[in-house]
Amino acid sequence: MGDTKRILVLGASSAIAERWARLRAAQGDRLLLVGRDPAKLEVIAADLKARGAGDVLTAESDLADTEGAAERFAAHVERLGGLDVVLVAYGVLGDQGTAQQDVGRLEHGLRANFLSAAVWCELAADVFEKAGGGALVAISSVAGDRGRGSNYAYGAAKAGLSVFLEGLAHRFAGTPVTVVSVKPGFVDTPMTAHVPKGGPLWATPDRVAADIEKAIARRRPVIYTPWFWWLIMLIIRNLPRPIFNRLKI
Amino acid sequence: MTGRNAGPAVREDDGVLAWGRVHRGRHRVAAPAWPGDLAAAARASAGDTSTLARGFGRSYGDSGLNLGAGLLDMTGLDRAIAFDRATGVLRADAGLSLDAVLRLAVPAGWFLPVTPGTKFVSLGGAVANDVHGKNHHAAGCIGRHVRRMGLWRSDRGLVECGPDSESELFAATIGGLGLTGVMAWVELALIPVASSAMAVENERFEGLDDFFRLSDEGSDWPYTVAWVDTLASGARLGRGVFSRGRHAAAGPLMPHRPGGPAVPVTAPGFLLNRWTVGAFNRLYYARPGSAFRGEQPYDPFFYPLDRLRGWNRLYGPRGFYQWQGVVPPAAAREATRTLLERVARSGEASFLAVLKNFGGLESPGLLSFPAAGTTLALDFPNRGARTLALLGDLDRVVAEAGGRLYPAKDGRLPAAEFRRGYPAWRDLEKLRDPMLMSSFWRRVTQGE
Repeated sequence: MGDTKRILVLGASSAIAERWARLRAAQGDRLLLVGRDPAKLEVIAADLKARGAGDVLTAESDLADTEGAAERFAAHVERLGGLDVVLVAYGVLGDQGTAQQDVGRLEHGLRANFLSAAVWCELAADVFEKAGGGALVAISSVAGDRGRGSNYAYGAAKAGLSVFLEGLAHRFAGTPVTVVSVKPGFVDTPMTAHVPKGGPLWATPDRVAADIEKAIARRRPVIYTPWFWWLIMLIIRNLPRPIFNRLKI
Repeated sequence: MTGRNAGPAVREDDGVLAWGRVHRGRHRVAAPAWPGDLAAAARASAGDTSTLARGFGRSYGDSGLNLGAGLLDMTGLDRAIAFDRATGVLRADAGLSLDAVLRLAVPAGWFLPVTPGTKFVSLGGAVANDVHGKNHHAAGCIGRHVRRMGLWRSDRGLVECGPDSESELFAATIGGLGLTGVMAWVELALIPVASSAMAVENERFEGLDDFFRLSDEGSDWPYTVAWVDTLASGARLGRGVFSRGRHAAAGPLMPHRPGGPAVPVTAPGFLLNRWTVGAFNRLYYARPGSAFRGEQPYDPFFYPLDRLRGWNRLYGPRGFYQWQGVVPPAAAREATRTLLERVARSGEASFLAVLKNFGGLESPGLLSFPAAGTTLALDFPNRGARTLALLGDLDRVVAEAGGRLYPAKDGRLPAAEFRRGYPAWRDLEKLRDPMLMSSFWRRVTQGE
């Protein structure tokens, strides 16, 4: 071990972020958990300490709100004493129907899933550029690969985030800074608790977390998780429009 | 995230299976993700009927099911609350798996005080069934190592209990089949280890007399167990492999690796028959590992079957029955011989047959299964009436010897047999949370 990392988790109470943080805790890393609900953060922090984390700090913060973002981000980095890895994991799945009827909800979803996420990613990139290294990991989604009637509000925000991360990865290519865009398919988490599950397409957050670890180690700019979503989305992206338009997806 | 704050989601699930895959059916399931959601999720899953907390579903029969009513999936409450690395005391959510406990404890030099043959069970499930392991003769059941518990009761809210406070509730909850309240957290005293390796000695034995001799000789080993070839008969009756182990005196502290292959589909029902199992048994008996002496990691020593995920699918679409009984020391030799004779004569093939002598250490649990004597665990592919007739036969041998059967195992344990073996069941019924129920409890107490 010896080489412990300083890790910032934005949206630490998301199921994927929590499972990934457990992998890092077992390595003895030092973590700062950021999220809206301090009670949940405390529950997670206690667990991560028991699992071996070097230290676990928490910060209550509404990440969809970017007011004073630069100062807030700098404060996180200062508390951690530097920064090695950032995971941007918060998001709002939202409901497409609600977004269509209420543009306020639509705007809030775009703000949470894209606008604010881009801001935090840029701030992290700046820290890593100055430090000459680091890993920025953000959870995007397969939903961003093609606009679909059932969730284009969410999909558009994730598409924006995917392109933003692609650009960052391009900017840092050949440097010690790693950028990873994570595109999970269906994940069995509380975020999807209302959706009927089962079947081979559903993955556990533990599986996604393990894939994220692998992607960081291998410095992969984009990963689909589980991997077969790469194939599914390749097909969906390339379906001719007349066929695509007949699918209720 | 919208789903997280919208109150407990409840879903209807038709596919809930017990590990034996004989019992299955529809449940209304709620899965709390945060400790604060427990009460609301329990009530939502119960609706106007009842509910039952469930972990990883490793109980073989109907003790982990509540058919047609509610089920509370506890696997989302899987966090440690506090782990004192100096004293080895771990307090954790009841949904935390033993697998996860080992991962955090072993690198710090601690180990489970008692472990069953799989690490894929929850702490809550382990306590609710008062599980035992290869060290029963030295350490008793897991209930002896529980310091405190947090129980949520529909009539009282959160109640903390331990040997010195709410002790009646504490005793009823250990081995209480999850009926005395929903276990929120468990505080367990771990044992120190100097290495993650086990010093192991395996030895073949030719018959039952040798098993009893080796068990007596091996009682200074903390872990002992025997595998028996149930298809061997006549002069070879009761032959098997005796295994003993202890934690190595020094070495690295490495947690186990995840993974191993999985059984991808349900195997055809004829896969495990007396010829294939007979061939397996002969090979297993003859393989070099049956005389292995040396060190091995704790994972293959305690959990050989965990290497093959979903092994219960090998038994085919009709599933299998696991059966386990214990007979008291005075009758042990005679009764064990009779049990093995009945099995050998039936021609029903038991793939995994385990024989062990329990010790005299008493559990605080009201309905704890283990008692001093000899225990035999068997499993048989479900072949309907033939299999049930054999199990009924085995039940009678245990009853005549004054022993009893393990409720977590077979899902067909007759009500009268259960009541005879566990006269304290009425005391448990008095302490049962009115909102909690299981298919097993309905069957054995209400004559369903």
